[in-house]
Amino acid sequence: MSPALLILIGVLFSVGTYLLMERSLTRVALGVGVLGNAVNLLIVAAGSRPDEAPIIGRSGDLTDPLPQALVLTAIVIGFALLSFVLALAWRNWSISENDEVEDDLEDRAIARRAEWHSKHGDAPHHEDVDQ
Amino acid sequence: MFEFSSVDSLKVLSCRTRMTSLPRVLGQEVIAGIFPPTMILFPAVVAQFLTGALFLVGFRRRPNVGAALGLLVLAASAAVVVSRGVGADEPLTETIGWLSTLGFDLAFRLDGFAVLMALIVLVVGFAVLLYSLGYFEHDSTYARFVGLFMAFAGSMTGLVLAADLFTMFVFWELTSICSFLLIGLNDKSESARQSAVRALLTTGAGGLCLLGAVGILQVELGTTAFADLVKLQPVGGVIDAAIVLILLGAFTKSAQFPFHFWLPGAMAAPTPVSAYLHSATMVKAGIVLLARLSPAFGQSNLWRWWVVLAGVATMLIGGWRALRQTDAKLLLAHSTVSQLGLLTVLVGLGWSTALYAGVAHLLAHAVFKVALFLGVGVIDHELGTRDVTKIGTARHRTPLVVVALGAATLSMAGMIPLFGFVTKEKALVALLDAEVGAVGVVALVGVVLGSVLSVAYSVRLLHALVGGADPEPDAGGVDHGGHDPGSPLVRGLLGAPVIAAAAVSLLFGSIAQRVGKWLVSPSTSLDASAKSKLVLWPGINDALVISAIVIVVGSVIGWRAPLAVPPSREKRGSRGERTFDVVYDATLGMAKRLTRITQPGSLPMYVAVTSVIVAAVAAAALIVDGLPAFEGFVSDSPLTIAVTILTIVVSIGVAVVSARFTAAVFLGGVGYGVAVLFLMRGAPDLALTQVLVETLTIVIFLLAMRSMPRSFAPASSWAPAPVRIAVSVAAGVVVPLLVLAVHGARTAPSVAEEYAPRSIDEAGGANLVNVILVDFRGFDTMGEITVLAVAALGVVNLVRVAERHRRVRERTRTAPFRRSAILDELVDRWLSKVAALVALYVTFRGHNAPGGGFAGGLVLGGVFVLQFLTGREPHLRHRPIRRPTTLLGAGLLLALGTTAAPLLVGAAPLESHIWKPHVPLIGEVKIVSSMFFDLGVFMVVVAVVLMMLLSLGARGTSLVGDDGGVAS
Repeated sequence: MSPALLILIGVLFSVGTYLLMERSLTRVALGVGVLGNAVNLLIVAAGSRPDEAPIIGRSGDLTDPLPQALVLTAIVIGFALLSFVLALAWRNWSISENDEVEDDLEDRAIARRAEWHSKHGDAPHHEDVDQ
Repeated sequence: MFEFSSVDSLKVLSCRTRMTSLPRVLGQEVIAGIFPPTMILFPAVVAQFLTGALFLVGFRRRPNVGAALGLLVLAASAAVVVSRGVGADEPLTETIGWLSTLGFDLAFRLDGFAVLMALIVLVVGFAVLLYSLGYFEHDSTYARFVGLFMAFAGSMTGLVLAADLFTMFVFWELTSICSFLLIGLNDKSESARQSAVRALLTTGAGGLCLLGAVGILQVELGTTAFADLVKLQPVGGVIDAAIVLILLGAFTKSAQFPFHFWLPGAMAAPTPVSAYLHSATMVKAGIVLLARLSPAFGQSNLWRWWVVLAGVATMLIGGWRALRQTDAKLLLAHSTVSQLGLLTVLVGLGWSTALYAGVAHLLAHAVFKVALFLGVGVIDHELGTRDVTKIGTARHRTPLVVVALGAATLSMAGMIPLFGFVTKEKALVALLDAEVGAVGVVALVGVVLGSVLSVAYSVRLLHALVGGADPEPDAGGVDHGGHDPGSPLVRGLLGAPVIAAAAVSLLFGSIAQRVGKWLVSPSTSLDASAKSKLVLWPGINDALVISAIVIVVGSVIGWRAPLAVPPSREKRGSRGERTFDVVYDATLGMAKRLTRITQPGSLPMYVAVTSVIVAAVAAAALIVDGLPAFEGFVSDSPLTIAVTILTIVVSIGVAVVSARFTAAVFLGGVGYGVAVLFLMRGAPDLALTQVLVETLTIVIFLLAMRSMPRSFAPASSWAPAPVRIAVSVAAGVVVPLLVLAVHGARTAPSVAEEYAPRSIDEAGGANLVNVILVDFRGFDTMGEITVLAVAALGVVNLVRVAERHRRVRERTRTAPFRRSAILDELVDRWLSKVAALVALYVTFRGHNAPGGGFAGGLVLGGVFVLQFLTGREPHLRHRPIRRPTTLLGAGLLLALGTTAAPLLVGAAPLESHIWKPHVPLIGEVKIVSSMFFDLGVFMVVVAVVLMMLLSLGARGTSLVGDDGGVAS
């Protein structure tokens, strides 16, 4: 295990997590990108030794190709995912002139119900309190 | 641009890859042999389900046709059961492989007990369905009833035929669901819905317990077959756990204390449902389970005491409550609870004569209770009331039905000469003889007391039938909104099953000896020693004396005691129901409060909470197991260290800069750094792909952000910055530690080790990464390019919706890219064509050297980006495929076709073929079929890049037409 890679993985995870907790969708997208790199690096670093490329015919020990096959598709899918998040951000911006992650209104509604519930005690359980 | 092979053999090599055996099984075993010609039980069950499905999804206008078809199917199934089951030397068994590797198959076995139960299910079902023709209006509700009824009949038939606990569990759950839907048949009524939910949650919880027992038995003993369990006589601590779970399942289903509350509530269902599900059949499922397993577990004290205590408590509570009802149907419901208690004691005691008596009483109860329920339904139909103080007038209007009801009531009370007398005598005799210690005494006393109560409530019902003589036809009022009595046909349909069932009670009583012989096979199929006989007149013995006392005491109580509860008190529901509701409300309330605390609506906070929990769990594991050893480190080369430091700096830049473009470029920098590291770790394929992807990513970022402000809005404010930084640092510390632990934890060799020797011969490629992608794990890649395609379509549609919105509001805000004439000419005319060739070369060489479809597609994508940035719209106009979506579809189809093509020649999907044709001038060319798969991947990737560019790069007005194609 390479100590440099280990440290790099840690830093990338920190940065990615930090960006993911932002309100701006663009920064969330950046976070997704950084985390994607971190995870890909993690799989390769943890899953194989730094040997020769796994192509038959090359001299020396070949490294394990399986993590590479996993990560190869992960890179491309990560790109697609990132584009999707960016399209979301773009759409948000086009429609409402902001690119913020909004609060989940459904969760708010459930929270209001819980308040109602604790105030009124045993509710008739089929009643829709929000109405 | 194919790799040339030096091997001069022309033979076509084929290989079968690992994961391809599944479709074979699907093709040959399952489809061709769902029902071998010898199978008869499965088709019978399936026919019932099919009839149900037919009338649930279609034919809603003709429910009476459905009922007629249902009657036919039930009769045919009964014929099958009789012809194959009665008198057979060896029970017919059928097995359909399902999860055979785990030991779970659907297995049926038509032994004596299965024959008896199946006949009860089918014959009673027939009678009730006939009755329902007269009972319901022929509308869509009736269609739903017929559909669900047939589905239920199928589930119940399957349940009683089950040869093992697993099969029984599957059908057990199906009966719970049918019961839920049938109780709530009148979905406009809130109380019906509540009762349905109570029944479902109670029996569903029991079903989960049963599933737990299935798991325990399968793991511990390797079997759940009833025959094996009886043979094994398993004991032990884990088995005790299974016993408790099984009993919980049986008690919830058969409404045993303390789960007895749901059954009276289930009477919200129409009469045919109550009569069939909640009296004659489904609630017997728990009894069936106990009967099947008591020969296996009945010797355990745990089993015995639980069964007897629950049964006795249920008998007494049910009997007492039955005595206090004013609604005749509820009286019957509580009496059913009480009778189920008696059956539980008899079949669960683990004493062979009691088991025999239990089987006999099970039959007796099914017969008299169906008559009672249907009869009360007739009275309800006639008078519009079921109030016990008012149903006396019915005898003037439907004398025959009232007489039948009286006979059935006498059978329930255990009066000579009805069948109920015979079976209750047998039960008393069996319990008097049982040598099982204190538990036997409890059982005997309980059954005697329960019998007193059952005589009492029967007498009360009789009293109601003969008393309250008021010849006025309207005396009952219409408080249940009774149906119009209707035509003679309707009255005949309603009356006939009641009279027939009562007649059977009488008949079986008078030929008790013969019925007793019939019941020997059902009992001995459960427990070989459970051989006994029935007689109508046993002579004067202890049991008869007890019976006489019981009848006298019970009659006095039933006739004289003013025990009825005023209806106002009943409205509040029973204590069980109220307890259930309190628990139910408390659970929901707790869930809501928990939701309010953990999910106040702020999504960034959710990310933080998730991260903290993940980090905490991982940290806890590391603390418990000890930190991973900090060993096995290799010293990094100076280049590695330099690249790493650079990447770290750039990545921190992504987080701290406030300018959008800069952040995106920094992200690209991180990607390039990682690509270099990949290259140095022996992953050239990854490095190639990563570089291409990062370039595209930067472009996509620029396109998406070009109309947004230059800088980010002020940072997130849901929590102060130190908190957010602390959370991120926690994640960044825990993850590398986990990597270290994982790295040192490998014990098995990589599965890739066996790929290497097979790669050249079987898949015809030297680049293991590529061979894994397009051959060994080609199915995965197929899924992955589908994900790509879906993501691209998502992007196109998101943008298109926003475009439409924007077009209304304003024309455009974004400037087009400036065109540069020379570059334009160069790029458009030459570069794109050369690039297409290079990209194809990268794709095909990938089988033996770094490259492949993903990289090739990205190369061409990169050229499109270049075109795009020079002000040209990348297009495919001069090629056969004009639109990116078409290219996308074609790529997916090509990959899918390569996957499926080997099926046509009888090989496994994705099986590689290697051709080595001789091409003039070039020589021998080696073509591997998986190259076409890679070509499909290539096309998908090109299309995805194009779609994203064209969507996000649209200049104010859409470049992507409404059909997703390119506008000129």
